[in-house]
Amino acid sequence: MAALLAAPAARAGLLFPESGGSPNADSIHTLYVMVFILALFIFVGVEGALLWALFRFKAKKGATAAQIHGNTKLEVGWTVGAFLILIFITAFTFIQLPSIKNPKPSLIDADGNQVSQVEGAQFAATNQSVPKGDTMTIEVNGQQYVWRYLYPGQDQLLTYTDMVVPVGMTVLLDITADDVVHSWWIPKLGGKMDAVPGYTNKLWFRIPPDAIPEGQKQVVYTGQCAELCGRNHANMYGRVIGMKMEDYKAWYAEKVQQVKTAETDVSEQQKELTEQQSQGDGE
Amino acid sequence: MSDHSLGRPQIIASAVDNPDRTRGWTSWITTTDHKKIGIMYLATVLVFFILGGVEALLIRTQLAVPDNTLLTPERYNQILTMHGTTMVFLVVVPVWAGFANYLLPLMLGARDVAFPRLNAWSYWMYLFGGIALYASMLYSPPEAGWFSYVPLSLKQYSGTNGQEAWIYMVHLTGLSSIIGAINFIATIHNMRAPGMGWGRMPLFVWTILIYAYLVIVALTSLAATVTMLLLDRNFGTGFFDPAQGGSALLWQHLFWFFGHPEVYILVLPAFGVFSEILPVFARKPIFGYKAIAAATVGIAFLGMLVWAHHMFATPMSTTVLAFFMLMSFVIAVPTGVKIFNWIATLWRGTVEWTTALLYCVGGIATFTMGGITGIFLAVFPIDWQLTDTYFVVAHFHYTAFGASAFAMFGALYFWWPKMTGRMLSEKTGKLGFALLFIGFHTTFLIQHSAGLSGMPRRIYEYSESSWTVYNFISTIGAFMIALAAAVTVFSVVWSLKRGAIAGPDPWKANTLEWFTPSPPPENNFDVVPRVRSVEPMKDIRREIEQRTNSEQRYRSGQPLMR
Ligand SMILES: [Cu+2]
Repeated sequence: MAALLAAPAARAGLLFPESGGSPNADSIHTLYVMVFILALFIFVGVEGALLWALFRFKAKKGATAAQIHGNTKLEVGWTVGAFLILIFITAFTFIQLPSIKNPKPSLIDADGNQVSQVEGAQFAATNQSVPKGDTMTIEVNGQQYVWRYLYPGQDQLLTYTDMVVPVGMTVLLDITADDVVHSWWIPKLGGKMDAVPGYTNKLWFRIPPDAIPEGQKQVVYTGQCAELCGRNHANMYGRVIGMKMEDYKAWYAEKVQQVKTAETDVSEQQKELTEQQSQGDGE
Repeated sequence: MSDHSLGRPQIIASAVDNPDRTRGWTSWITTTDHKKIGIMYLATVLVFFILGGVEALLIRTQLAVPDNTLLTPERYNQILTMHGTTMVFLVVVPVWAGFANYLLPLMLGARDVAFPRLNAWSYWMYLFGGIALYASMLYSPPEAGWFSYVPLSLKQYSGTNGQEAWIYMVHLTGLSSIIGAINFIATIHNMRAPGMGWGRMPLFVWTILIYAYLVIVALTSLAATVTMLLLDRNFGTGFFDPAQGGSALLWQHLFWFFGHPEVYILVLPAFGVFSEILPVFARKPIFGYKAIAAATVGIAFLGMLVWAHHMFATPMSTTVLAFFMLMSFVIAVPTGVKIFNWIATLWRGTVEWTTALLYCVGGIATFTMGGITGIFLAVFPIDWQLTDTYFVVAHFHYTAFGASAFAMFGALYFWWPKMTGRMLSEKTGKLGFALLFIGFHTTFLIQHSAGLSGMPRRIYEYSESSWTVYNFISTIGAFMIALAAAVTVFSVVWSLKRGAIAGPDPWKANTLEWFTPSPPPENNFDVVPRVRSVEPMKDIRREIEQRTNSEQRYRSGQPLMR
């Protein structure tokens, strides 16, 4: 079993949830492994006892069944035992919870410079707390059958399906939906949160700076909508692309420029069309 | 003939049989006899079980390989909605109504249920509910899933009338279950044999009593909820439509307020079946009768306080999350107590490996795994990773299929001789059990991994190559389950014509239904014995032994059927 747990990353997916893209995903992984170990003991104990009873006490000639109606001590004992195990899991959950629920501070500032780690005040509040230092808030909006992201800043940049973020930066997500219920989920970046029309749900992640593979410019995490949202639910994908801050800034500027050009193109085309029409009217 | 009476208790009930009135098809559609109604329930359940099973096979075939185009997305969503709805509303709830109908009066020493005509009505409402749903196959079946989340199930997003068919089905079968529950409660409270206090009532009857109370709480609430959906869809109320100030979360809370007690409606009677069959074949009294009865009550009560653990990923405060996590843990305790008691019942017994017993032990083993994965899901941060994935699909099949369907088959093998007077073949039975057990675990164990590696529920196709192996294995298992079901159906049909004659008490069992001939006459009992313990048949056999000086009890290792 030690060997089994020694290489959790290799077993991710088969026995353990995905992780590695964000501290909260890693904390959920730790919590899961702890429950998994306990569950393994319970499983072996209970199933073992059941099988033992089935085989060991199989009817044979000459055997007699003990006529026992119960045993109060034993029954109280296992009731208390079950409670204790669950109290232990509860305690461990609440120890892990802040690191899952509350965003960690960014490892970099808005200019991409490394910052020294100052842990933000951690409390498990109704909504996630806001960590110290720079963060980035992206509004995630689910629609049949596409994810739309609204980036911070005055440009009101929108992208679809692919979300681009700087690595090391804590990204706070405000998750909403326009039509039906969807569920935002990128397994390696932590748990899922439902996008419910009329409500805003919260989630966060922080991609480790060293997640970008050597020789490459970006790291990509994939996922898809997890709540049945209609006929094309299976094709509602989401991707999160992590880049270095300078690459992100370049990407952002380019995107904004593209949108502007497109808008100008459109208004020029419109102008032309109107002119053509008015000319046509004149003839 | 005197030889024959040796191994058996004396029977003091005789058939009051008027062939004109009790045979032929008109006798079935006009009957108010709880036994005939019970059999009609079970026969109808079998039909819907096969339909739901075929739907499951279509789902599994579609998912066997990536990018499969066997089913269109529309068809796929319809089939998965029909599968879930059928299995919950038309199979597992009514299967217990069927067994309870047949067995309750017999176990209690009563001649019928309290309200025989209402009983017939409740069967017909169930049948019509099922037909209402399946009639939608002719135009357009519902496609918003068995929990029909709003806004997807609102008119804007589900325009076809399939959703209405779903609502009418819920109304009709709900009414059927509620009327049936009132009937069971009245029967249990008022019609027990002399001497049968609450502490001597068979545990199956205990679970049916609690099932009935849960049905009344949960299904009345659901009836109101789906009525609101009906009004939203057709008359412009805005309970659930966010665009009109309605709440999409409200539906989820209301639905799961029904939905979680529903889970216990499905499994508590299965627990009752385990608690009846294990002591018979361990030849040992049930271990901790009072604890099991109390745990049943405890589970039912707590079962009403855990609904939001289905909604951990919705916007909720940590306080709410923590409350529902803790309650979900607390409910694990009485459930665990039952499992321990069943193991202790087998312990130091002389366990006969009959098909019925194997189904029970297989069911307990499977359900235990579902309980353990339930702990993962109850821890809400872990649930954020697992909810709405195949991990959850695996989990609830381990509980619902593991407990309910295994118990269903166990109950069939155990009580079939009583219902028909003929035995089912043990050889075919064990083959069916082995296929079902292996097939089940092949199908569902691997689905945990599919979920852990990121596969969401209810997707009609996938391209991710790492899921292919998981899905292919799962599909192979599903066809083994189908084979197992076919073996059982064959065994049942074969037994009807050729099964060995069972006699009144082939298993040397414990409860009063084995006191009367198989199948029982219309009036069940001519004389009802006084009940002195939880195991009245043991007392009766002992008395006959003393009176006639011929051995009646079971000796370990002696073949059951000769
Ligand atoms: Cu979606």
